[in-house]
Amino acid sequence: MTDATETSSFEWSSPQAHARRRRRYAADRRLKLYGIAAIAVAIGLLGILIVSLVAKGYLAFVETVVTIDVTVPAGAADPADPAKANYRAIVADSFGALFPEVTDRRALRDLNGILSRGASLKVRDMVAADPGLIGKTFAVSVPVSDPFDQLSKGVIDRTLPENRRRVSDREIAWFEQLEAQGRVEKVFNSGLFLDADSRFPELAGLAGAVVGSFYALLVCFLISFPLGIAAAVYLEEFAPKNRITDLIEVNINNLAAVPSIVFGLLGLALFIQTFGLPRSAPLVGGMVLSLMTLPTIIIVTRAALKSVPPSIRQAALGVGASKHEVILHHVLPLAVPGILTGTIIGLAQALGETAPLLLIGMNAFLTSPPGGIMDPATALPTQIYIWADSPERGFVALTSAGILVLLGFLIVMNGIAIFLRQRFERTW
Amino acid sequence: MTGFILLAIVAFSLIAFYVGRSSGRRFVAAHGPEVHSRPVYHGAYVAIWVGMPAFVLVLLWLLLQGTVLDRLILATLPEALTAGASAAEQALLLSEIRNVAAGRIFGTPSPEVIVAGETLLRWEGIARWAMLVVAVALMILLLLGVRSRLSPRFRARQGFERTMSGLMIFSSVVAIFTTLGIIASLVFEAVQFFKLVPPHEFFFGLNWEPQIAIRADQVAGAGAFGAVPVFTGTLLIATIAMLVATPIGLFSAIYLVEYADRRVRAVVKPIMEILAGVPTVVYGFFAVLTVAPAVREAGSVIGITVSPNSALAAGGVMGIMIIPFISSLSDDALKAVPRAMRDGSLAMGATKGETITKVLLPAALPGIVGGILLALSRAIGETMIVVMAAGLMATLTANPLDGVTTVTVQIVTMLIGDTAFDNPKTLAAFALGLVLFLVTLCLNVVALRIVQRYREKYE
Repeated sequence: MTDATETSSFEWSSPQAHARRRRRYAADRRLKLYGIAAIAVAIGLLGILIVSLVAKGYLAFVETVVTIDVTVPAGAADPADPAKANYRAIVADSFGALFPEVTDRRALRDLNGILSRGASLKVRDMVAADPGLIGKTFAVSVPVSDPFDQLSKGVIDRTLPENRRRVSDREIAWFEQLEAQGRVEKVFNSGLFLDADSRFPELAGLAGAVVGSFYALLVCFLISFPLGIAAAVYLEEFAPKNRITDLIEVNINNLAAVPSIVFGLLGLALFIQTFGLPRSAPLVGGMVLSLMTLPTIIIVTRAALKSVPPSIRQAALGVGASKHEVILHHVLPLAVPGILTGTIIGLAQALGETAPLLLIGMNAFLTSPPGGIMDPATALPTQIYIWADSPERGFVALTSAGILVLLGFLIVMNGIAIFLRQRFERTW
Repeated sequence: MTGFILLAIVAFSLIAFYVGRSSGRRFVAAHGPEVHSRPVYHGAYVAIWVGMPAFVLVLLWLLLQGTVLDRLILATLPEALTAGASAAEQALLLSEIRNVAAGRIFGTPSPEVIVAGETLLRWEGIARWAMLVVAVALMILLLLGVRSRLSPRFRARQGFERTMSGLMIFSSVVAIFTTLGIIASLVFEAVQFFKLVPPHEFFFGLNWEPQIAIRADQVAGAGAFGAVPVFTGTLLIATIAMLVATPIGLFSAIYLVEYADRRVRAVVKPIMEILAGVPTVVYGFFAVLTVAPAVREAGSVIGITVSPNSALAAGGVMGIMIIPFISSLSDDALKAVPRAMRDGSLAMGATKGETITKVLLPAALPGIVGGILLALSRAIGETMIVVMAAGLMATLTANPLDGVTTVTVQIVTMLIGDTAFDNPKTLAAFALGLVLFLVTLCLNVVALRIVQRYREKYE
């Protein structure tokens, strides 16, 4: 009882009590502040990530081209077989004509270094498409090589001492001469989306990787969608509650958390080594990705099935439908928006997955897009990985641009998923 | 060809469906209400029993054709070429034959190989046509056989539904097959590895230099497979990641659950979740391009030399990736604490902060721990960030400014490029993979158990 009297005589307005209260409130505010700081750090880091990617990547969406007048001498190419001629020399001569004062062999070679290696190929393709160009002079816009692309974009600092940059004063002077003639332009880099990979950053594009990713995702979808839905329907609607279904459930939850690289090892040992399927093929990549996506689709589909109220099932059963009919005719159609949302999210995850594709060899260097699911191919994330490993400066911008394209696909897919969820979501 | 056969299967299934359905309709017309199943079920029953076996046959054929043809080709080769050849030499020979068959001829292959290549090409053509013929014949036989079973009293619906159930059960068992496949392939290759390198050397050796001598008489590069530095490197990077992610994730979860109003929550939560959706290769590039130079710069400002592939940069970026896992799992755990406990504490005059630290956190602790364990498992198994940002040299160090290597980095570096399944370097990757799988499996099982058991307690 003494305690009670002591408590009741507590001096609430004493300075000690005030101090205590202040301390407690301060602790409360501190905790709140930590929370805000934590969120600020997380969002700030995301911001830094995106800003650094955009800052590096936007440069790759434009390319520097120089317009030159190419003369194909009448004797240099055979009109019957116009693709077979020394176009490198033709382009070099035409380009050299712009700089009549340059005669030294070394200087001429350096001068030609301004143009990309793709320049002669572009001229060849033009002449091959129209043999009438032989003997004529025509204007062509050709990409410049990587150092000059960087120079024109301002990545290479012209004020640095000569020995610390990749282009010499003489080369800069030539390039400025071209600029003064109005021959240099920056145009949208359509090759980024239309060309496949290349050793030269100014020629490399994402087309091969996009096609490879598409095939792999197609295989992944064709396998994991039906299997995932069937498994989810069974587990949610039919499965008896026993040891075996418990085991299956634990298994699915675990598979969702198995490191992706382990799936790569599985694909390598089982599909490539044991079954002898081709390396680097989107088929194998898609199969591996589908095994990874399967748990996601099963879990999401089960959630969608669960959200369909039991009254619907009971009503259908009540009018004499069989259990399969209840599910096929009533439950599944109502669950479709949820299932699709989950599938798209699962495929988006698969699209960004890199490690298993590295192990099954989808990081090959290929200069043409794959023609089918059995052809060697790369995928978007592995292409990014290859570029990130390349030493040329131009690949830094290209990698960032590739990442922006990949993130663009992911945003679109997630956007569709969110749209589906909001458009078709139903509350019972 | 394969696409053509699959199309043929679809077409035959459709035909089968119409055949079955028209039989069903005839039964209905002739016998009326006595017919057991609706016509559409007759159709579905026939279709599924025509299409499915053919599909399975084609799949098996495609899977086995390569191996069977390889065996047959090897058998046709003269004794002199195959006698005493190891598995690797046989594989080399086969790939040469396959290259010749595909028209990619390097150097001058021996005449036997050219002959074998031509044979292989011929046999492949035969096999392709044989597959089509066998599949179509099978489908016709099945169509005739199944159709003859149809009758007015035939329980087509039950038959169809039983088959569907069977297919569904098969689909759900795929998860088990996958797990078994993972375990089998890892264990099989790891056992091969442990035949070459004794397990105690792998698990307790302090020296990891997997560079294998190319020639038998080469002096340097015998290859050492002591995995301890790789394991400690993995732990070091994972620890750094957890040190970054746990406080940020936990505090942001606390703020979002307890302090933030609904609008802030609705904005901040999706933004945080973007962090989880960013592909890991992007984080890897970010680590190499932005974070690692920044860490080096900071180090040189205060006069410390930082390795270009510091564990700090790789682990820090990995921590950023893991923040949303910890925050959303802690979020769930905090929300699962019953309202009454919160109200009780507040009613006693405790501040919000005291309620959180003294009541909510202890109550939600198991769920939070479960979430942290799941995140740790993710950090250990994470590949791309460390492949791009961590080092390749296995150094036994606890200094976060040094470069260390991880299990996943070693697996990727050892398996990129040409893979021969008989040298210890390749097989070591599978041994590491087995360890990785088992460790993450244990962490996942424990974490999922904790999370589940904890959830059930309050519901």
